[in-house]
Amino acid sequence: MAAWGLRRAPGVVLAALALPVFAGLLGTLAPAFGLMAVFGQAQPGFAIFADLLAWAGFWPALWLSFKVGLVATALSLLLVVGLVAIWQGSRSFGLFRHALAPLLAVPHAAVAFGLVFLIAPSGWVVRLLSPWATGWQRPPDLLIVQDPGGWALIAGLVVKEVPFLLLMVLAALGQSDASRAMLMARSLGYARPMAWVLAVFPLVYRQIRLPVLVVLAFSMTVVDVALILGPSTPPVLAVQITRWMNDPDLSLRMLGAAGAVVQLLLVGMAIALWLLAERGVAMFGRRWAWAGHRRGPGPVGAALVLGGAMAVLGCVVLGLMVLALWSVSGLWSFPNLWPDTMGWGQWQRHVPAAIDSLWRSCAIAVAATVVALVLALTWLEAEARFAMPIGAGGVWLLYLPLLVPQIAFLPGVQTLMLLAGVQGGVLAVTLAHILFVFPYVFLVLSAPFRAWDARLGTMGRALGASPARVFWRLRLPMLLAPVLAAMAVGMAVSVGQYLPSLMIGGGRVSTLTTEAVALASGGDRRAIGVWALLQTALALAPFAVAVLLPGLWWRNRRGMRQG
Amino acid sequence: MAQNAQPAPLVLNGLEVALQGRVLLRQSLQVQPGQIVSVMGPSGAGKSTLLAAIVGALGPEFRLRGQVMLGGKDVSALPTEARGIGMLFQDPLLFPHLSVAQNLAFGLARQVRGAARHRAIEAALADIGLAGFGPRDPATLSGGQKARVALMRTLLAAPRALLLDEPFSALDADLRGQMRDVVFGRARQAHLPVVMVTHDPQDAAAAGGPVVHLGAPSAAAP
Repeated sequence: MAAWGLRRAPGVVLAALALPVFAGLLGTLAPAFGLMAVFGQAQPGFAIFADLLAWAGFWPALWLSFKVGLVATALSLLLVVGLVAIWQGSRSFGLFRHALAPLLAVPHAAVAFGLVFLIAPSGWVVRLLSPWATGWQRPPDLLIVQDPGGWALIAGLVVKEVPFLLLMVLAALGQSDASRAMLMARSLGYARPMAWVLAVFPLVYRQIRLPVLVVLAFSMTVVDVALILGPSTPPVLAVQITRWMNDPDLSLRMLGAAGAVVQLLLVGMAIALWLLAERGVAMFGRRWAWAGHRRGPGPVGAALVLGGAMAVLGCVVLGLMVLALWSVSGLWSFPNLWPDTMGWGQWQRHVPAAIDSLWRSCAIAVAATVVALVLALTWLEAEARFAMPIGAGGVWLLYLPLLVPQIAFLPGVQTLMLLAGVQGGVLAVTLAHILFVFPYVFLVLSAPFRAWDARLGTMGRALGASPARVFWRLRLPMLLAPVLAAMAVGMAVSVGQYLPSLMIGGGRVSTLTTEAVALASGGDRRAIGVWALLQTALALAPFAVAVLLPGLWWRNRRGMRQG
Repeated sequence: MAQNAQPAPLVLNGLEVALQGRVLLRQSLQVQPGQIVSVMGPSGAGKSTLLAAIVGALGPEFRLRGQVMLGGKDVSALPTEARGIGMLFQDPLLFPHLSVAQNLAFGLARQVRGAARHRAIEAALADIGLAGFGPRDPATLSGGQKARVALMRTLLAAPRALLLDEPFSALDADLRGQMRDVVFGRARQAHLPVVMVTHDPQDAAAAGGPVVHLGAPSAAAP
């Protein structure tokens, strides 16, 4: 009976993940084509798209989303490839590698706020250079953040996506025969970076292609980062859709639904374009390999890449430090690098209000992560026990909630909930979070779970243990470290979610992230400092546990230390 | 698991393993209690597949025909844990998260409880010359000590047959002879039918039993 259920677990989990996405898409598409009488009258047709085209910001918003997504993704990938090609294998890279996971955990909104506080006209970088280098006695009247070209937004996305792609590349490297391919290419006279790009990267890219597409779809459609760093007139398409969807005027939701359809098409086009570009790059690479170019990029190229990596690291760390500084600052006049007066007043003022959101964020994160973990473990155990590997189609379905833009299907889910008379609450938000937490939990957990020495299981069985006992007494305890790591990643993902909390919660479920992002328009830097730091702390705390606990737990077991 | 079962032979009755319609191996064999049959053959001849088939650890993608008879009953439909067949690998495969004593206790039948359980583990440790090693981290043991713990863990599960998968090939030459004596001695003492897969002719010579040569997998096999 239990085995019967376990055998079907992967299918059930996939269905549970994919169904809300498809239902949501339907709930978004139907009103846009006038096929569902949700917001007033329903007349089948394309009338609403005419209204959408009539919006003056339509084409600029479209172009902006397209540009931001493609440039941010290409830039992130380029930086990551350069970084690994040039830097991998050195001691300093090892150190950088340890910084990756916590770097990844810092919520998008906090990274974006930190970047604002660094590069804004009154930000820390300008203060550092003023007035001795710039001559500015007051903040210059420059549009650095929220620039119409979206470059600040691109910078924010690159800062956040480089650690993610880097982790994916490192994981893929562990699974491919990289070091031998590298050795072979170098023994044939290729410089390290060239050897990596020509001999190893093609193997690695095959494994990170889906994560790259996830980054592309995400960058095109992200809302919270775009609210903080992106331009406002017009904003990127996703932000405008969010505005329409949350407008008290319900008729605007039709417009939002039409916008979501366009957004979906836009992402589809961008992915198609990316896949086409892949072929071009591959052709170029093959020609390079044919021609026998062996020399590396030279010191200038290397410095550029390392500088980029340092900038990424610096932006996150310095950004958090400046956030912290603002949160305890009293008066802080312009060119001064340090606050004129400092105190805990802001914390005393905001923390009592934040406690409520903090607990809610924490509860949602824990619940969503635990459910996702149970689902992932069930899936992986079924896969191991019945030798049923997940097919290519399954992997795409697994990534579906990350590939289909949130803004394209969450409004539909919201609409369906409205139709069904379901009030969005903490429970609904938690369920929505599971959709986005599960793929990451699975991603982190699956490699170590599959790499577990199956002979240990056979040994356990030969000693008379049932499959269940092997799982609970052997496999799970031995996988404590990756399980905790997966939970930490899951909680960080949940804490950082903005749109699901906003849309599925119907604006009534306030989390640290929704509150922090809501502060963006007000510009109260001290309040933003407090909220963004609280958000970061909640996302980082599980990582501390995940790093420290296995070592403490297994402190008397040498054989458990490298795992 | 039958604690005090009568010694009985291990019999393979036309055991046949096929993968996607291709027959990987076909074997009939009779191993008497206390007898050690050595299975030899080139890599890829299906030696490890044979052991996996006997113990029930083949993946579901394999097709199995024939019988594995133990104590007069066909166990080939039973799950691994219900077969009562113990196994030792080239690596001791001690569970790294459990102490030495917990590793031994993992093998001991559940019916032994409370103080008796502690006494049984103590006695087992003393038996292999490792008295007082119970709380130790298995990773801190020497290669020979690990091998002895692995053997004792398997014996504590009171198997009715024993499979050895190149059990001595990871050991130093001097330790190898010593462990051979220990393992073979214990198996004979317990009247266990033993099937040993090995590359080493000295293993087979020391075992003293019949030698089965598995041929290279024939591409022409039906």
